[in-house]
Amino acid sequence: MNLSPLVIELMQLLVLLAAAPVFAGWVKTVKCWSQGRTSPGLLQPYRDIAKLFSKDMALAENASWIFRFTPYIVFGSTLLAGGIIPILSVDLPLSATADVIALVALFAIARFFTALAGMDIGTAFGGMGASREMMVASLAEPAMLMAVFTMSLASKSTSLSQIAQVIAHSDIHMVLRPSLAFAFIAFVMIALAETGRIPVDNPATHLELTMIHEAMILEYSGRHLALIEWAGMMKLFLFMSLGAAAFFPWGIADEGNMLAVPMALVYLIIKLGLAGIILALIETGLAKMRLFRVTEFLGAAFLLATLGMLSHFILE
Amino acid sequence: MNTQTTAQIIGFLAAMVLLTAFGMLVQRRIYGLIHLFAWQGLFLSISTAIVGYMTGRHHLYISSVLTLTLKVILLPYILNVLIHKLKIRKEIDTVVNVPLTMLIGIALVILSYHLTAPVRELSTFVTRSVLAIALATVMIGLLMMITRRHAVTQIIGFLAMENGLFFAATSATYGMPLVVELGVAIDVLIAAFIFGIFFFHINTTFDSLDVEYMARLKEED
Amino acid sequence: MILTPLGIASLSILLFLLQVLIVPFFKRNEKLMVNICFSLASAASLFAIAAGIWAVGNGTTDRVILALGLPDLPFHLRLDPLSGFFLTTIGLLAFYVSIYSIGYVKGFLGHRSVMRLIVFYSLFVAGMFMVVLADDALFFLISWELMAAASYFLVMYEDEQSENRRAAFLYIVIAHIGAVAILLSFGVMAGLATGFKDFSGYTFDAMRASKFPVEWATAAFFLAFFGFAAKAGVIPLHVWLPEAHPVAPSNVSALMSGVMLKTAIYGILRVTFDLIKIFPWWWGAVVLVFGLLSAVLGVLYALMQHDLKRLLAYHSVENIGIILIGIGLCMVFTSFNMPLIAALALTAGLYHTINHAMFKGLLFMGAGAVIHAAHERNMEEMGGLIHKMPWTAALFLIGCVSISALPPFNGFVSEWLTFQAVLLSPSLPAPLLKLLMPVGAALLALTGALAAACFVKAFGVTFLGRWRGPHKPNIQEVNWPMRAGMLMAAASCLLLGILPTVFIRWMDTVPVQLIGATMSASAGTHGWLWLTPVAPERASYSGIIVFLGILLVYGVVYLLLHASPGRIHRRPIWDCGFEKLNERMQYNATSFSMPIRRIFGYFFNIKEHVDLSPQAAHSAFPKRLNYNLKVKDRFWSWLYRPVADVSFWLSRKVGMLQQGRIQVYLIYSFITIIILLVFVR
Repeated sequence: MNLSPLVIELMQLLVLLAAAPVFAGWVKTVKCWSQGRTSPGLLQPYRDIAKLFSKDMALAENASWIFRFTPYIVFGSTLLAGGIIPILSVDLPLSATADVIALVALFAIARFFTALAGMDIGTAFGGMGASREMMVASLAEPAMLMAVFTMSLASKSTSLSQIAQVIAHSDIHMVLRPSLAFAFIAFVMIALAETGRIPVDNPATHLELTMIHEAMILEYSGRHLALIEWAGMMKLFLFMSLGAAAFFPWGIADEGNMLAVPMALVYLIIKLGLAGIILALIETGLAKMRLFRVTEFLGAAFLLATLGMLSHFILE
Repeated sequence: MNTQTTAQIIGFLAAMVLLTAFGMLVQRRIYGLIHLFAWQGLFLSISTAIVGYMTGRHHLYISSVLTLTLKVILLPYILNVLIHKLKIRKEIDTVVNVPLTMLIGIALVILSYHLTAPVRELSTFVTRSVLAIALATVMIGLLMMITRRHAVTQIIGFLAMENGLFFAATSATYGMPLVVELGVAIDVLIAAFIFGIFFFHINTTFDSLDVEYMARLKEED
Repeated sequence: MILTPLGIASLSILLFLLQVLIVPFFKRNEKLMVNICFSLASAASLFAIAAGIWAVGNGTTDRVILALGLPDLPFHLRLDPLSGFFLTTIGLLAFYVSIYSIGYVKGFLGHRSVMRLIVFYSLFVAGMFMVVLADDALFFLISWELMAAASYFLVMYEDEQSENRRAAFLYIVIAHIGAVAILLSFGVMAGLATGFKDFSGYTFDAMRASKFPVEWATAAFFLAFFGFAAKAGVIPLHVWLPEAHPVAPSNVSALMSGVMLKTAIYGILRVTFDLIKIFPWWWGAVVLVFGLLSAVLGVLYALMQHDLKRLLAYHSVENIGIILIGIGLCMVFTSFNMPLIAALALTAGLYHTINHAMFKGLLFMGAGAVIHAAHERNMEEMGGLIHKMPWTAALFLIGCVSISALPPFNGFVSEWLTFQAVLLSPSLPAPLLKLLMPVGAALLALTGALAAACFVKAFGVTFLGRWRGPHKPNIQEVNWPMRAGMLMAAASCLLLGILPTVFIRWMDTVPVQLIGATMSASAGTHGWLWLTPVAPERASYSGIIVFLGILLVYGVVYLLLHASPGRIHRRPIWDCGFEKLNERMQYNATSFSMPIRRIFGYFFNIKEHVDLSPQAAHSAFPKRLNYNLKVKDRFWSWLYRPVADVSFWLSRKVGMLQQGRIQVYLIYSFITIIILLVFVR
């Protein structure tokens, strides 16, 4: 019984857990640098999470079991999603368990329960966050599906490992296609919406009426909040890795090749470092949109993904 | 470069032309519109040059330079001057909302793909699939003229249609005879001048270039 | 005779009919009547389930000709895999609902007579079983009418309110229009089978054996599709669903939404694949388009509702749309001779059929429990029920999670299969279809996401938060039979989600019967753990491993990271430090769906009105505000008003024949005699 896929899977999960906060810290540092501020340090997210873990929790009197279990559900779903995406290697035992559609559904579970937790306490802000989040999600899903469809047209599969392998092993003609370029831009826009970054949602806002994601988790404190924040950082890390795996998969270790995994880690650091810089520049350069302009933004993402699909049929 | 690579590059440029057409369709700011139009002209001229290189028809190089001068440099400059002189409002209103316009645009692309299917069967040119994109660009230009209320967008829509026709000519028949090309180019230039003069007059009379106001010119009964 | 699948199914029907006969004997003791009759109904449903499972598992076909019926036109019965599948679906939900009813109907004791409810309930379920077993046009239509009439009386059970009577009337009118269309369709097929000479073409066997010319086949198909669509609630014939399902008693609503709509799907499958067999691709495209329309519009209308049962009724429209998408895809792929992908699409559609029966039944049963406990149907007056009704809340949550297509429950599997079928559309030879299918897939994704939003709203506003209404009643958890019914339905949802390969292998005989191809050759190649529709490199899903993974990961996370109770302190609500927070300040159903109403607003007729009283309008902080929102279904003014107006106009014109004076009637007779004398010699 070959244990190496299992070892790789565990390594991947550990990398995810350990590296997600430092990626968030990197994005913050680049953002501060580009705005001429001093950053709180690359390791600040670790300190924040540790501080929150050490605190007691204050729960509202009428919080139900849904409120208490949601942090674990969100954290667990994000961790499971990390087990499917080929971050370091395509040789994952779980890759046959779930494909891209199941991945989207895992994130949907987390979002469903976060929205329910927002409505649980009975405040106006929680309901507002839940309502807005479900609206953004309902517009992002068609766009995400079209992008997935375009990706799967090239590799004739919806399994992430398969997509990564096909693109990594094809020659330059197959890679520089308009359909993949369009799908990539659409994916970036969708990732911004799903992870709640500017221009869709400001993760650092303190004004409740401008919040989408933050409004749902206003009532959380202590360990619960630590888990949710960590899960948010992991989700950002995962979306960046997903983009890297689907569109720039060179460097990911192949099946049965354990020795390539450390190199894959180095490539990952380089790719995500670049991605972090680009994300920070996008966030600095754009302003948060009005809520109903998000429709146009996600509509444009859908349009680009559809154009990618159409150009596959028309031009390729 | 072999034909396979050039065909792929032309395909890529065609996708860029389509992208700029859609970008113009959903753009809300006037300067963005003109920039996109300039980019479209640039992609078009590069594509013409590559077709000229691939087929060895050197008059296409002249067409390419003509397109470059006219559509990338001259016309955007004229339009910029126009907007600046007339102090035109820089936002564009739409008749129909943006997502619906995008959906209609997608439907037009699918329609033009369907319509050009017989030509694709018969043609032996490497660039035959680009005809669908060219037809789609023409129709999107027309859609732009219909769904926008700003007079400058009407002229850019018209110019986008002409871009599409030019693209169709280079891809389906490897270019038009140079005489026809020059004639069309001069016609476009003159049309731009005449539009400019009209805009001055309209703006002076109505203090606005919103085409909805011009609907008041019809007789009431 | 008893030990064949058909024998067992007939036994089940006879038990239901028997119930109708024994009910008058218990008129004195209504509680005993409820217990005995519904237990009998559950037992009968179990027989039906057994018969169905056996028939599908074996793949055989049983027939029998009854001695009943008209002279020369006896009733034919037939139990083949397709009938068996629907028999299992109907039987399962009938079993759960019968057990639920033991508790639910007790809530009517003392207020009104339950004898009517029990009699028509039995006739209704018996009618549904008879529809799927019918093998000739006559018996089919008789069972169809029995089903429609029994459900009419059930919808009208609480008939002292005029809106209930009106809803039932609308239901029966549309059901009959549909029945006429089905009758005409059978007539066309029967006539063509015998060359319009005699009545022997009325059996389905005769129709199966004949080949129909394309124009007649098209007429027969579209008539049948129209008729079955009216029963299934496909847009635009859906208007009766949101009126009739809410006013019926909740156990009946569960059955109507869960399985009665599926008999229409059965009808479409039977007519298209079994009787007509060969068809052009554009029929499938039409079915697909109607499916997409119903899916998207159904969920959008559902988002606008604040009545819990109306919301669930509109969701049934959406799910029927999704089933039709699967069937339409199957038809398209079959007409292009791609049987493997067609089998995949058909399996997706059928899987969604049984899934929907399970989770919609569960949701309606849960809604019934809520209404039973809170005496309130309007979600905006409810809230915080999770504390007083923990079982109902947990089971309703399972229903919500299933219908939102989240793993590891069953909704995800059927949506995944449908997506896989659409993602295979690039292999179609027709270029236009190739381009349009992905747009259809995007619309399906939109539907799924909107459904999740709608159920966050439904669960959140009903169960979470605090009580939003003016007076809080005394709420208690519901009794054990109701909980048992819901628990079993929830368990089925989980099982259908975890073990898809087992179910697909079981129901494999249905695609074999209908299109001659099977999916399970590839679906279960890598063992029963993995669902691999076409090839494992293409896509694979393992329900069990996802479920175990979820349990494992959540469990480990909880164990390692959960807080010890000493660290949790209960405090008043924080709400960012704003004080004076009361229950009316929570989000309710209307406010939750506001962003979506703004974005998709042009599909509805929306009138929003905000009223400030004059003195309040002047002050800086207006005290009293009146908000009025009316959302109407546009199909009433586009389709139904014009049709109603035209029919009234026609009737007025025809009504002119009725002059009332005797001389005029004598003139009519006189003219008729003269015409007969002149022309018919």
